[in-house]
Parts: sequence; structure tokens; C-alpha cells
Amino acid sequence: MDTRNTWDKWPDENGRFGEFGGRYVAETLMPLIHDLEKEYNAAKADPEFETLYRGLMQDYVGRPSAMYFAERLTEHFDGAKIYFKRDELNHTGSHKVNNCLGQVLLALRMGKTRIIAETGAGQHGVATATICARFGLPCTVFMGATDVERQKPNVFRMKLLGAEIVPVSSGTGTLKDAMNEALRDWVTNVHDTFYVIGTAAGPHPYPQLVRDFQSVIGREAKAQILEREGRLPDAVMACIGGGSNAIGLFHPFLEDEGVRLIGVEAEGSGIETGEHAAALNGGEPGILHGNRTYLLQDDDGQIIDAHSISAGLDYPGIGPEHSFLKDTGRAQYLTCTDKEALEAFQLCTKLEGIIPALEPAHAIARVGDVAKELGKDGLIIMNLCGRGDKDVFSVAEHLGIDIA
Amino acid sequence: MPISRISAAFEKAESHNRAAFVAYMMCGDPDLDTSFEAMKALADNGADVIELGAPFTDPMADGPAIQKAALRSLANGTKLADVLSTAKRFRETNQDTPIIIMGYANPIHKMGYAEFARAASEAGVDGVITVDLPPEEDEELRLGLAEVDLAVIRLATPTTTDDRMKIVADGSSGFVYYVSVAGITGSGTGAQTDIQAGVDRAKNASGLPVAVGFGVKTPEQAAEFSRLANGVVVGSAIVEEVRLAIEAGAPEDAPKRMGALVKSLAGAIATGRS
Repeated sequence: MDTRNTWDKWPDENGRFGEFGGRYVAETLMPLIHDLEKEYNAAKADPEFETLYRGLMQDYVGRPSAMYFAERLTEHFDGAKIYFKRDELNHTGSHKVNNCLGQVLLALRMGKTRIIAETGAGQHGVATATICARFGLPCTVFMGATDVERQKPNVFRMKLLGAEIVPVSSGTGTLKDAMNEALRDWVTNVHDTFYVIGTAAGPHPYPQLVRDFQSVIGREAKAQILEREGRLPDAVMACIGGGSNAIGLFHPFLEDEGVRLIGVEAEGSGIETGEHAAALNGGEPGILHGNRTYLLQDDDGQIIDAHSISAGLDYPGIGPEHSFLKDTGRAQYLTCTDKEALEAFQLCTKLEGIIPALEPAHAIARVGDVAKELGKDGLIIMNLCGRGDKDVFSVAEHLGIDIA
Repeated sequence: MPISRISAAFEKAESHNRAAFVAYMMCGDPDLDTSFEAMKALADNGADVIELGAPFTDPMADGPAIQKAALRSLANGTKLADVLSTAKRFRETNQDTPIIIMGYANPIHKMGYAEFARAASEAGVDGVITVDLPPEEDEELRLGLAEVDLAVIRLATPTTTDDRMKIVADGSSGFVYYVSVAGITGSGTGAQTDIQAGVDRAKNASGLPVAVGFGVKTPEQAAEFSRLANGVVVGSAIVEEVRLAIEAGAPEDAPKRMGALVKSLAGAIATGRS
């Protein structure tokens, strides 16, 4: 069977990936998201937009990012060859900028004069504030009050870049609450404001456009591995919070059925404890933030707060395309606890001289298992989606070391 | 019966040459018994329609007053089934005042659209407003509610274009809720001329009564809005009375306080057009 059309046709005209996705927003926003969809389709067909985006991705972001053979980690796990896609080397230190640049260019095309964004760990906020500084656009970043406390370096970074930070204390003061507040701002300032959503979730067309802007990761990785190894990998792996870096890596490999797609969710203290952020492994389908997708929720459909050592994965939902890939069996989703992520963080730092962000540290923990399973002939690409500079203070705290 | 109960409420108000008064309250804030008393107080003091809020952890379209009310209600353990049983209790004492459940999609989705429609019908509910189910996404709920003759009340807003107004109108029943300003509940209001134009567009497209809300707090504003539409919705200001009662150390006074506010608003609406 030719599966080419099977995977590539999503989302459908209703913004759905199978039974996930959609446009679950208040009526005030509906005309705008229809406009955004139209404008995005026009931009995709416009060679000038493409030239502008590609030029800045090369000269400003620093793409293509390197493909690195993690030799000592490969030796350590004594299994498949492990390659890192080095998206932590991007300007601003993570994959987030790939998407921010695309969305801000769309905002300019639509004549919007003000940018808002939500952020958890601060990586998306920093990337958005950076692109806004580059284009002279005012930028407001909503950030949970709890996250403002635990991600101080990024908060200062955003301020230096000229962004206004709004700490959100409603709910538990984390990413989901920041997203609620950003939606409230958007609905109030819909005439001049563009909402740059950081993950592959939200109402259609966001999951699609974030995926498309992030797919540069997978396209580059595919070309690079073919050049280096002369064949496709056996598995591609990434951590998953909302799932933007993972979908960006996975999407160009969807049609290559021999390539396993493996996402790693944050298991916090363990799924059985209820303190986790694993929506796919420990949640059920529901409706939040504009899309139908797997969610952490109770028996009455109330949203349960996520828990993770990593602020970037601390979200009770997941991008709708991942829900679809899980249910169809095309992708597999593993989990990693806080403790395992901390160990992987230290292991990678010591063996490779790369300090990973806590988010991809979750993926590193499972790469070892998959490498052993595949054996020495195997080949894995893992997206190292962010660097760990932002995390050194909180890691020190978790390890009981006082560096203040 | 349910949809006609809504029509009757609007017709009765119109026959007195006044707007219908749609009063919102959060169910379970601070507890279910007090909410039951509050529903009676609203009806007794001049509310023509009661919007009974179903709490949700992440109310994206609501301002601080209703967000906090929802969290107070949830802290008290309120479930969607409790909202329906409170409605039922009220319906046993009052056969005339329409009850509209207003909330967000996920708790209803979790219960199951058809199951919710059946349970709401049994509880004597007359219509449903789901903030985050726009026309493109409400088919399953709409079909479930149609089975039991419950109204699907949709929102129209200042950003709703003429083309979209047709989409909003097609499938609406009971009344159309016109949001006076692009924003969240309890915020400011738009310019009167703009609101009038929006209300008229909604009315022409749907052929239904149009109630206007978001940002109406004082009797003066209620009187002004009553000249623009068939109904006036007040929510955050009523919900704030619960907070004030709690802060005064007497949550049991909430129904009395809400009743007093509703009475003054109803009085202003009664004479608003004269």
C-alpha cells in the first residue's frame, strides 16, 4: 500500500488529525483563525516569503544545525549508533526560534503590530522576544508566576530583549495558566495582536503551521544522515511536552515506515503517583486550548495540573498530531521520570561535553534503552532540542548543591 | 417545552416593552445549597432567565471575577452532575424561569454529549451555552440537544463578519448571545452605536431574540443596554456579590446580596426604554 497520501493529508479541511485537533475557541477568535489559515496558505505559496524565511534561518538562526555522532554516549550504552541533531546550537539556544521566526513573519504579513506569547521554561518566550527585537515589534510574554521564580535567567533575558513579562498567578502559575491568560489577552486585542503559540497545539491552523516551521529539523536530519551513513535511521527520538520539536523531527520521516518514531514524555515522580506530565500515557482525550487531544483530566473533565522537573514539559496536554500518531500506532511514546532525566543530564554533560536542557535529557534517558534494543547495527537520531544553561541553577538545587 | 419556555420569557418582557433580564451565577459558589437559594433569589427579584455557570478549571473567556468563582466552586467539589441536580431542585419550585447552563466543552465532552443532553433535559434545563464550541465544532452537542428540544445558544461578537453571522444563526435556537466587546467577561463595554449594529445583524440573520452581555455592571448600563437588544445579560457583578459575602464572613448572605443587586438591575431594565 502506498501510504504517502495517508500521512501527508493531515490535517483535513476541518483542522483535524483523525479525531484530534479542530478549532475549539470562543467566537471572537474564529474569524481571526480563519484569516490566519488563509494567510498561511498564501505565504506558503509565496516564493518571497520562503526566501525571507530561509535567509534569516541561515544567517540569523544559524541553520542547518549540525548532526553530531555522540561517540562516547554510544560506547557507554554499547548499542546502536547515536547521533544528536544539534538544535540547541540555534540562536537563543533551542528549536523554538524556528517557529517564532516563521510566525512573526506571518504576523508582519498580516499587518499585526503587537506580538504576544506564552512560555513555560522561557525558551519560547526568549525566542519570541528575540525575533520581536529584530523586527522592532512590541512583545508581551505571559509566564506562570511559579515559572518566573524557577527560570530567572530567562526572565531577565526577555526583559533585556525589550519584552514585557506578565507573571500569571491564576491556577498553579505554570504553562497552562500562561496560555489561558495569553488567550484572554488575544481575545481582547484581536484587532492588532498576533499570538505566537510555542508548541504544536492550539486551534487549527497552529498545530499545522508550528509543525511545518519545525519540520526543518527532520528534513535536515534526513539529508544529513543519508550523507553520513548512506541510509535512514532505525529510530528518531525526541522529548515531548506539547510536542513541537518531536513533530518537527518526526514529520519528514512519517512516510518512511521503517523508521520508528519515539517520543518521550515527562513522568515526573511516576505515573502511578499522579504527579506527572504524560498526557499520552496517563491522560484521556478531551478539549483544551483550542484542540481535542489527550489531556490530564479528572472524572469530571476538570484539567489536572502537570508535574515535571522541566518547566518546558510541564503541560497537561499534547499537540493533536501526536494523539493521532499514538492512536494509529505510527509513533510510540515512552516516559522518563524526573530522577532519570537528572541522571541523563549529568551523563551527557560528562561524556559528551554538552550540557543538555532538562527537556531533551528526558529523551537521552530512553535513547540508552532503544540503543541496547537495536544493537550495534542500529542507528538512532535524537533531537537535542535545547541547551541546559537555563537549568544549571535548578539542577544544582535538585542535587543539593548551593551555588548562589 | 424548554425552547418555548425561553421564547415565552422574551415575549413576556417584550409585551411590557422592556428587555428580558438574563442573570448569570456560578453554580456551587460557595456551595450547592446556597446556589439553590441564589437561583430562587434571582428569579424572585426580577431575573427573566437564569444562566447557571458550570465551573471549569481553565475558563479562557472569563475575567478574574468568574475565574475565581469557578475555582471556589471546584474547591468545594462541584461536578457537572451537581450543577444539573441544582437546576432540577430549582425547577421543582419554579416552572417558568428558563435555565441555561453556561460552561466549557470539556466537562460536557467527558460526560458525553448525548448523555449530558439527556441529563440536562431531565433536570428541567432549557438551553446550553458552550463558550469554546463554535458552530464548526458543536454538531454533536447540537444534535443531542435537538433530540430533547433544548436550545443551542451561540455567541456572536464584534468580530463576527456578515458571512459568519449566517453560520452562527444557522443552528441557533432560543436566543443569540451578542458579546458587546471583543474581550473577556467583566471587562469594559463597546460603543453603543457599534453594539446596536451588531445586535441588529445578529437579529436579522437569526430571527431570534438577541441578548447583549459582557461588561454590564451597573443599573445605568443595564438600562442603556436594554434599549439596544431584546435582553441584557449581567454576570460578573452578580458573582462578585458572592465574593463580598464570603469576605464579610457571611457566605450565607450571598443569595440576599445577589437578590438585592438583581432587583436594582431589573428595576433599571423595567424602565430603561421609557
